[in-house]
Amino acid sequence: MQWDIVIGLEIHTQLKTASKIFSGAATAFGAEPNRQACAIDLGLPGVLPVLNDQAVRHAVRFGTAIGAEIASRSVFARKNYFYPDLPKGYQISQYELPVVGRGEVDILLDDGSLKTVGVTRAHLEEDAGKSVHEDHLGDGRLSGIDLNRAGTPLLEIVSEPDMRSPAEAVAYARKIHQLVRWIGISDGNMQEGSFRVDANISLRPAGSDTLGTRAEIKNINSFRFLHKALEFEIERQRDILEDGGTIVQETRLYDADLDETRSMRSKEEANDYRYFPDPDLLPLAIDAAFIQAATAGLPELPDAMRTRFAEQYGLNTADAVTLTSSLAMADYFEQTVAGCGDAKLAANWITGALAAALNKADLEIGACPVTPEQLIGLLKRLQDNSISGKIAKQVFDAIWAGEGDADAVIAARGLKQITDSGAIEGIVDAVIAANPQQVEQYRAGKEKVFGFFVGQVMKQSQGKANPGVVNQLLKHKLAGE
Amino acid sequence: MIDQTLGEPIAELAARLRRRELSSRELTAACLARIEQHNPALNAFITVTPEAALADADAADQQLARGEGSPLTGIPIAHKDIFCTQGVRTSCASRMLDNFIAPYDATVVSQLSSAGAVSLGKTNMDEFAMGSSNETSYYGPVKNPWDSTRVPGGSSGGSAAAVAAGLCVAATGTDTGGSIRQPAAFCGITGIKPTYGRCSRWGMIAFASSLDQAGVLARSAADAALVLQAMAGFDSKDSTSAEEPVPDYSSELDASLSGLRIGLPKEFMSPELDSDIAAAVEEAIAVLRQQGAEIKEISLPNSELSVPAYYVVAPAECSSNLARFDGVRYGHRAADPIDLEDLYKRSRGEGFGAEVKRRIMIGTYVLSAGYYDAYYLKAQQIRRLIKQDFQRAFGEVDVILGPTAPTTAFPLGDKTTDPVAMYLNDIYTISTNLAGLPGMSVPVAPVAGLPVGLQLIGDYFAEALLLNVAHQLQRHSDWHLARPPASLTE
Repeated sequence: MQWDIVIGLEIHTQLKTASKIFSGAATAFGAEPNRQACAIDLGLPGVLPVLNDQAVRHAVRFGTAIGAEIASRSVFARKNYFYPDLPKGYQISQYELPVVGRGEVDILLDDGSLKTVGVTRAHLEEDAGKSVHEDHLGDGRLSGIDLNRAGTPLLEIVSEPDMRSPAEAVAYARKIHQLVRWIGISDGNMQEGSFRVDANISLRPAGSDTLGTRAEIKNINSFRFLHKALEFEIERQRDILEDGGTIVQETRLYDADLDETRSMRSKEEANDYRYFPDPDLLPLAIDAAFIQAATAGLPELPDAMRTRFAEQYGLNTADAVTLTSSLAMADYFEQTVAGCGDAKLAANWITGALAAALNKADLEIGACPVTPEQLIGLLKRLQDNSISGKIAKQVFDAIWAGEGDADAVIAARGLKQITDSGAIEGIVDAVIAANPQQVEQYRAGKEKVFGFFVGQVMKQSQGKANPGVVNQLLKHKLAGE
Repeated sequence: MIDQTLGEPIAELAARLRRRELSSRELTAACLARIEQHNPALNAFITVTPEAALADADAADQQLARGEGSPLTGIPIAHKDIFCTQGVRTSCASRMLDNFIAPYDATVVSQLSSAGAVSLGKTNMDEFAMGSSNETSYYGPVKNPWDSTRVPGGSSGGSAAAVAAGLCVAATGTDTGGSIRQPAAFCGITGIKPTYGRCSRWGMIAFASSLDQAGVLARSAADAALVLQAMAGFDSKDSTSAEEPVPDYSSELDASLSGLRIGLPKEFMSPELDSDIAAAVEEAIAVLRQQGAEIKEISLPNSELSVPAYYVVAPAECSSNLARFDGVRYGHRAADPIDLEDLYKRSRGEGFGAEVKRRIMIGTYVLSAGYYDAYYLKAQQIRRLIKQDFQRAFGEVDVILGPTAPTTAFPLGDKTTDPVAMYLNDIYTISTNLAGLPGMSVPVAPVAGLPVGLQLIGDYFAEALLLNVAHQLQRHSDWHLARPPASLTE
């Protein structure tokens, strides 16, 4: 049987604020346990929450970036449940009236086309603390609670069940990750838990439009794990369904060590959260002036920039997507184009050699050892035929390795292309003289041998001979002219 | 002699302190002596802090000697044990917080301290402010100073009894459904619950956040005006706090009542009302009429829905507010829990009393999936109707008047087995909390030797008007001067 895969994601992204969402305690990562938790974060009796405006501004920026409606009146609700790392016995979140309503983002599919994924809503909430189950007191029996993270502002971004494969889900998650960093509302640091994904996944017979029973995989903190967890879960559900079984609606955990998902709790045990409006916080009124102030200085957004890149620079979709994968990448590209004047050349180099080198070194574009100016210097030498494409790659590697700008590398390594036809003619003559057999073959009509001569000449010139001149001279001489 | 002094109005005491005829230390020591003498019988205080009080009194005396200070400088007061006090136990009359010492002061507490008031300690109350008789306290019931076999009213019963018996000059209280006004009525004193948001809720342990409001229990409207003045105002630490300027309450006390329109809700003055209480209210009305006030009958048609709506909204909020008491971080923790669930269950099972548990269960039920719409949402709709009733009424009248409670103080144990009968005791006071309006109770003619309260309800932020009406009534009558026998003997 053929199955359709249906995936929706809930992404928790930590917002970049100096203090917590309802208290003045700091949000920096890595402090000693409970050093960044004040009376409010501890839920001491009598304390009250006061909303951090910056968190709202960030939510509004995000909503604007996905073309969503910003609620003029938004309400904070209490989500009630008991857990030791939840100090108040409830989490302040949003339920019926979130700050951000429906919006959408585009993702790039494997076939090079774009797909629009719906974002159902995005709401503000506070993070919980952390339970520490190691033997932290050395007596072998107590669990500890670290409330440093309690009250950290989160934006929970809920997608429509629009993804049809793990690859699409990963592309969507990457897109949201790119976006929150692009607009400066989150550092997106996944190791520190600033960006966490819950995935809902179900299968249904191909062509059916009713949703199957879903499982939710909680707290995935890497794109690779997201892909693997979804693949595992698809197989698991497919096996059950094909054996005639039924899927149990439940929450599952992904174990990266074993590469499997396993049950955390079933729906029967699930909490009734008893949501109701938090009486300690007045409804949030967001007016046009607030939205304007919050979105002031918002950079050109990736989807708009991608469209512009494609149109303005004549790029294909895949290159346009890659070059707008981060603001730093887009800046790099535009600086390079401005310097060299050839968008396609710049795009080829950045999405090719540069991206490969960054990938290999596991570096972000912001940490690229080759500056746009240096790349421009290299491309200029290519454009004026001082070097060939092949040599250019060598020069690039040398610049990457810190040997200086293109001109310095070319001079130091003597890589300047030979365009002087007199010098090339000498090499050509020598190669023809040294290979009479191949000359005969060529003249007998075996044109393939031509490539051999080009190769020999390039080798003799250490790659520096201008390929155009080489071709021209060879053709001439081999024809016996 | 000092006992007589204690009975004087705050303004008079303040003048004498300023003239150095009396020191705050003497006044404070006199209160402490009375507490020592009478508290064992009354059980009005949970915690008394004599050393801190005397130190504060000395500081006040020094301030007064420099010619500084406010009208409250050196005046001994007490705080309901629901207000957090830095370094002093704040128990909320619950076993759950028997060991809790807050690292901060409630805003109301710090404002009164800044005004120079001396705190004698923390007064008894219904556990987590849940009750109308002060019988749910972990520390035992408070006795009514007028008759020790009767309740003082709840939940600010300790504060009311302490003021009535002259153990302090005034006290703070909180009012969620009538918890300042009803004990004020039962103990024959003056109590005011201002507009919701008028006083900060920071540091006041929450029962039902959308209804809770801090206020004052005092011997007269003039005293209440001085204390409320120091407590009221915007607090950036409380998001529901009102950004309204605080008027000078004392300066408006003497305004004439001529032309004042007083509304008498027919639902409050129904034939079912105890005729003696109705007569006491009528007697007070006659005094106000003599001052030039006009009386109009009005209607609050949805007031009969206020008790059921309240007993959905308040428990809903309390079930959530009290979830933090889980034995994990502070407060009572069960011994040797076998696992997390056992820790929660036993800590809460042992820490909370029966009435608190009852309300948590009601609240959990009305918020649960499938019942939310039928109960919580419906109650919020009723709340809106009640608010509209008042809005309509305040289009016609300036002040609404009626009884504070349907009966005088009832005997201890009388209603403890019948929660609904107990809840109905707040029938006249609850609607103002649902609407967020200010309300006040002042003593009128006693019935069978027990105090009766007259309730005044005002429009939003009309505290000055309520205090003005109450003060004019007290200038032209002497009911508020009557003292219970317990404070007169010895």
